[in-house]
Amino acid sequence: MSENQRRRADNRQRQDGDVLEQDPALPPVAVDPETLDAEDRRWTPAKIALWAGIALLGGLSWTMLAIVRGETVNAIWFVFAAVCTYLIGYRFYSKLIEAKLLKPNDRRATPAEYKADGKDYAATDRRVLYGHHFAAIAGAGPLVGPVLAAQMGYLPGTIWIIVGVVLAGAVQDYLVMFFSMRRGGRSLGQMARDELGLIGGTAALIATLVIMIIIVAILALVVVNALAESPWGVFSVSMTIPIALFMGVYLRYLRPGKVTEVSIIGFVLLLAAIIAGGWVADTPLGDALTLEPTTIAWGIIIYGFIAAVLPVWLLLAPRDYLSTFMKVGTIVMLAVAIIIVRPEISVPAVSEFASRDDGPVVAGPLFPFLFVTIACGALSGFHALISSGTTPKMLEKERQTRFIGYGGMLMESFVAIMALVAALSIDRGIYFAMNSSAGATGGTVEGAVAFVNGLGLAGVNLTPDMLSSLASSVGEESIVSRTGGAPTLAVGLATIMHSLIGGPSMMAFWYHFAIMFEALFILTAVDAGTRVARFMLQDTIGNVAPKFKDMSWRPGAWICTAIMVAGWGSILIMGVTDPLGGINTLFPLFGIANQLLAAIALAICMAIIAKKNAFKWLWIVAVPLAFAAVVTITASFYKIFSPVPSVGYWANHEAFQQALADGKTSFGTAKTVEAMEAVVRNTFIQTTLSVVFVTLAIIVIITAIMATIRSFRSGGAPSAEDPAVASRTFAPAGFLATPAEKEIMAQWQALPEADRPAQRAAH
Amino acid sequence: MSAAVAVRQGVAGFVRFFRDVMGEDAYRKYTDFHARSGCSSPLMSERDFWRDKMDRQDANPEGRCC
Repeated sequence: MSENQRRRADNRQRQDGDVLEQDPALPPVAVDPETLDAEDRRWTPAKIALWAGIALLGGLSWTMLAIVRGETVNAIWFVFAAVCTYLIGYRFYSKLIEAKLLKPNDRRATPAEYKADGKDYAATDRRVLYGHHFAAIAGAGPLVGPVLAAQMGYLPGTIWIIVGVVLAGAVQDYLVMFFSMRRGGRSLGQMARDELGLIGGTAALIATLVIMIIIVAILALVVVNALAESPWGVFSVSMTIPIALFMGVYLRYLRPGKVTEVSIIGFVLLLAAIIAGGWVADTPLGDALTLEPTTIAWGIIIYGFIAAVLPVWLLLAPRDYLSTFMKVGTIVMLAVAIIIVRPEISVPAVSEFASRDDGPVVAGPLFPFLFVTIACGALSGFHALISSGTTPKMLEKERQTRFIGYGGMLMESFVAIMALVAALSIDRGIYFAMNSSAGATGGTVEGAVAFVNGLGLAGVNLTPDMLSSLASSVGEESIVSRTGGAPTLAVGLATIMHSLIGGPSMMAFWYHFAIMFEALFILTAVDAGTRVARFMLQDTIGNVAPKFKDMSWRPGAWICTAIMVAGWGSILIMGVTDPLGGINTLFPLFGIANQLLAAIALAICMAIIAKKNAFKWLWIVAVPLAFAAVVTITASFYKIFSPVPSVGYWANHEAFQQALADGKTSFGTAKTVEAMEAVVRNTFIQTTLSVVFVTLAIIVIITAIMATIRSFRSGGAPSAEDPAVASRTFAPAGFLATPAEKEIMAQWQALPEADRPAQRAAH
Repeated sequence: MSAAVAVRQGVAGFVRFFRDVMGEDAYRKYTDFHARSGCSSPLMSERDFWRDKMDRQDANPEGRCC
């Protein structure tokens, strides 16, 4: 036996050595591993038939999507392909990860048990926690990316969303949640510091901060694009602020804790605001609310600052309740509607733009740009921030991490699929007219018709009437160049929903309903993102100036909030005023930032797994990590080095600089010298951001690889896990309890109240 | 058990589940914990608990994703 092998064997023994003694007076706190194994391995005929059926239906759906080439494809196949693949991934792949890599042990107490304080650390029913976790991870991201990626046809996006989540996105969420749980609910940043040392940890912290700024900025840009020149939208979205303030006061002073009640009241008020918006649009007030994008951007910046410094109870918490209520409600509604309406989709499986790099919606070749355009829904690094911290402190049992971590992300992926279906169900000509930048369409109906028909797309024959009649039926002045994804999704959703409820006269209501909930999700993310970023910044500055560590010190809070708002606000203004069309240039940066964060999270997980000496199964994390790293680094290099101006920021920068030097007064879509100077400035900032991101991510990945190699050489290393504490409670692992679990639950039920264990107080 | 009772129980269960997902379970979890831990500090009233919870969030923000 070599030195290394022996050390490895020692390590394994040490792991086995944490077998915990159970209190003999209590019923079992875990299902016996052998029973568990037998339950998994016992394949009854019914079970075999069920899984064979799921596999066949999934296979048939994929065949209908990928191979059968009819004129149209029915949306129901997307639903079946997704759900069957998720079920198989959940049942087989996540179980493999559980059995071989993570090895959760229900005899160990979770932080919610050994650190219980009844508040932050509080064991929560697994199904309820699934809802909490889902509400925290899902937002506007999965609703926007798939819409933009629809320009490449439906198949590339569908494959990436479904396969990506099974092999990468859900794996990341699951691993991060598990490792954070084993570390008392530590945050991703703290884990990076523990695992990667000072350099890797600091790079991860800075990267997280910068990435949060860019993500907030681009989400805000989506809202600005949805509300610009739309008095109806501006009115109804603005009304969410007084509604939230009312809800805040109601919860604080009138009926504390009645969260659902106040959310229903808020929801009714919200519907009233949407309906009232339709009346307001035609009045003088409507003219006053027809705002330029820049005005709306400043409004959001000022709002963002105020919301982040106001007490949580007044604005942020009630908005969050309203947003959760809408999230659960609208997603169920959309799923039901798609299943009942089953729209026919006439978009080609793989469009002309899949093999070109000049797509008008997002420029660049399919690889890597498909994979950064769709981030949320397939692989979202931002989730690592949620999966570490809040949720792990509420887990009842270790084995529940699979259901909540892996399963929660599958649900978000399903939301992305539904958004994709909604975007695909609208006419392709209209899709391109809405999503091409104003620089290309001129912002006019005639310009859009000429531009879209000039693209030479199969089956596209756009007429001016199609655009103007759609605009009037959704109650908007114009739908040309309403980039950002949200208006397109709103049209798709209105098309599906009005055929179910309300008929053509309800089109405008449904359109504005969709705009409203997207704006609500995004503004909630903007508030929370600014606040979290401010705390991170205060903590970082606190290392130099200790006074900043005191979070209740008002000047510190105000200064750090102002810095963060200035950070995302300046990028937002840059996007809004960009002569090249903000979303088209900036959205790839959003995806790259999000995926780089995913690469960072996966790299940290890899270092942890290496320390555990589980090299045989390292590929489970190494494969998605390698993929995310290759995609984001390639995409960044395209953005930095590509000589094609529509793809490369720097190429654009040089082209415009050259044009200015040549004394030109208009160049491309920039019609004035000021606009040209703005492009030169913007592309410089975009290039710099790309360089910063990719450098930080490479540093983190390299330090993680070095830590992994060190662990390999030494045969593992002591883990940074909290010491094991014996559990004194039981709960099932999955959504439904298995027979063995039911038996144990019955034993606990039978236990007299007096004999049940007292919880250890943490204070 | 008659069908009507079963339906009523099912609806009640769903309503309770939905309210918990919205976050209403927080105070119940706190009182359960307080009773079990034998904590010597006095039990907070529902009003005080929610006020305290919001104020703790001021100093300890939770992220919301994109």
